[in-house]
Amino acid sequence: MEAFNLIQPASESAIWDNLLAFWRFEDMNVLWVLIGSILLGMSASVIGAFAFLRKRSLIGDALAHSALPGVMMAFLLFQTRDPLIMFLGAMTSSFIGFFLIDWLPKNTKIKPDAALAITLSFFFALGLMLLSYIQGLNIENKSGLDKILFGQAAAMTQDDIRLLGYVSVIILFTVGLFFQKLRLIAFNRGYAQTLGVSVKFYELLLALLIVMSVVVGLQLVGVVLMAAVLLTPIAAARFWSNELSHILILSSVLGALSAIISTQISYLAPAMPTGPWMVVSLSILFLLSLLFAPKKGLIKRYLEHKLLRQKVAEENILRTLYKLLERNQIDQKDFNQADIQSLRSVATEHLQKTLKHLCKKQLIESSARGFRMTEKGFELASLLTRRHRLWENYLNEHAELTPEQVHKQAERIEHILTESQEQQLQEELGNANFDPHGNQIPNQLKTQHRDGGKT
Amino acid sequence: MTKNSRSLPPPLSVEHLSMRYHHKPVLTDVSFTIPEGKSIAIVGPNGAGKSTLLKGIMGLIPTMEGEVHFFGESLTKKRLSTAYVPQREEIDWDFPIKVLDVVLMGRHGHLKLWQRPSAIDYQIAEQALKDLQMWDFKDRQISQLSGGQQQRVFLARALAQQANLYLMDEPFAGVDVATEKAIIELFKNLKTQGKTIICVHHDLNTVGEYFDWIIFINARLVAAGPAEEVLTKDNLNKTYGGRLSLLNDLTEEMYRTKLNQAHDTD
Repeated sequence: MEAFNLIQPASESAIWDNLLAFWRFEDMNVLWVLIGSILLGMSASVIGAFAFLRKRSLIGDALAHSALPGVMMAFLLFQTRDPLIMFLGAMTSSFIGFFLIDWLPKNTKIKPDAALAITLSFFFALGLMLLSYIQGLNIENKSGLDKILFGQAAAMTQDDIRLLGYVSVIILFTVGLFFQKLRLIAFNRGYAQTLGVSVKFYELLLALLIVMSVVVGLQLVGVVLMAAVLLTPIAAARFWSNELSHILILSSVLGALSAIISTQISYLAPAMPTGPWMVVSLSILFLLSLLFAPKKGLIKRYLEHKLLRQKVAEENILRTLYKLLERNQIDQKDFNQADIQSLRSVATEHLQKTLKHLCKKQLIESSARGFRMTEKGFELASLLTRRHRLWENYLNEHAELTPEQVHKQAERIEHILTESQEQQLQEELGNANFDPHGNQIPNQLKTQHRDGGKT
Repeated sequence: MTKNSRSLPPPLSVEHLSMRYHHKPVLTDVSFTIPEGKSIAIVGPNGAGKSTLLKGIMGLIPTMEGEVHFFGESLTKKRLSTAYVPQREEIDWDFPIKVLDVVLMGRHGHLKLWQRPSAIDYQIAEQALKDLQMWDFKDRQISQLSGGQQQRVFLARALAQQANLYLMDEPFAGVDVATEKAIIELFKNLKTQGKTIICVHHDLNTVGEYFDWIIFINARLVAAGPAEEVLTKDNLNKTYGGRLSLLNDLTEEMYRTKLNQAHDTD
């Protein structure tokens, strides 16, 4: 019954010893708490995912806060810390909170967000009042009650953990069983209704599962931070996949991981509450996902954008070289930086970098006389020019724009037109030879049957 | 409305349907009966209550008064015969789900609580996607689809329900030419199978060409009947010439005072 106790670690070696002791599971209680918190991390993140997908993310927060007065009332009435009684008390008041949040917007002019905020703070205040009242009383066992505000893994008893385990397994099993229907309702509620699916039943089931997971999580994570455990895993997992089943598995792994980290810390430093650690470790996992996810991560998106910018810069210089060649009366094929800058305003430093890239790709050659397009470079340049001018013609025909505007639009579109779109343009325009400015549209070269040789 | 003399009950009959939003009347006393095997357009200006009518018929929004019968029976008895296609905008298209899984949702009316789609359900979904030329997209994320492709996925989902009556909310809104053709083709196929299609439609230029029947509404029923009969200048003026403000004001007044409940000789 008595919570596992560790002396506050005094030195680094003591921390190390404690860590080893933790993982050797010298105390069976450690193993149990670890398993319990992993299960909770998994079940909370899976059930929280559905609240997240239904855009009801805050409901978990409100339900957790609503549980507080229930726990206190149960303790006052029965004067026991029996987990089942605490659980039922919390469930009752959470459900009262849930129905209030549901009832208020339907029957009054109060909007759902306000109903949520009002209910949440009212129940939390009520819970805090009861808590301070209990602390003034002379009752046994009351010492650990305040732990449910921020959670304390080390203070959990065997009975607490057994209940936590059962509930978590029930949640995971139920979600697995009804996955298809829950997904259907989260995706398209109205449609599910027209199919004759009993939406009300599944919504109640979902609410029940969320309440259950919130209530058993209180001792581990605490009332205040429970919402983060429901939501952060799915928010992080969303970056890694587009398949809901994969997302759910990944978010349960993230939930379990944060549970392991925070439980461990709770044992190494018993003064530390578990909840904040769980939330901080989840937030770090979220941050890592946000940055490093392979497709949707910020870094990947930044690199993609940088590549695009470089490609556009290179293609612009090639186009400028093409125009120089076109305007040139004498048979000059080499142009220097000043020539390029006379047609296109580009910073010298930037231009030099781009020219270097073009040389590397063997699209241009550099010599003492200046820069000259290679055969490959000329092909690409004439392809781009053709697309540019075709687009100008197309716009000129179909939109009321000045030649200046038409040119500006084409400057952008030329970089993204594909071969098939180019074909389509050519067919619609009936093989025009000149653009609106009177410049000749370069013919398609025989070698250009692949898509422009762009890299 | 003319009485249906055939032995089979009509796919849809609406009797004295009234709907409101708080105290504002949206639809007042709308009645019509739909013939079988036809395509029917519900036409009217913005805010005329077209989508509301469809949702009221499907029981998605509570109605005030009136009755709706599907093949002579209540909706709960005829759920499997009725397929609804919601407006595209009602959905979060970022939802993590694949095209095929969306279409399989159409089979859930036939599945028990926890049942997963069977091999037959997969075959039906495959055929539905093929009918709309979307089979190549079956493994795509829905977020990667164009507007027209999204609409075709929704239609495939309704098709997978294998219903007899289809109610569609603006299937032609914002779609490309290819999709428009695909939808027209779908309508033809459904009609040859004797199925009935009801659409909310907003394009007056195409309504006569695409639909056999037209229902004009503007907060009330203006006209309902075969396109060649009801598509007249007079009906268009009545529908688009603004609401009858007196009708609206007095109906609102009636709802506010709860007169309809106070009056016992109803």
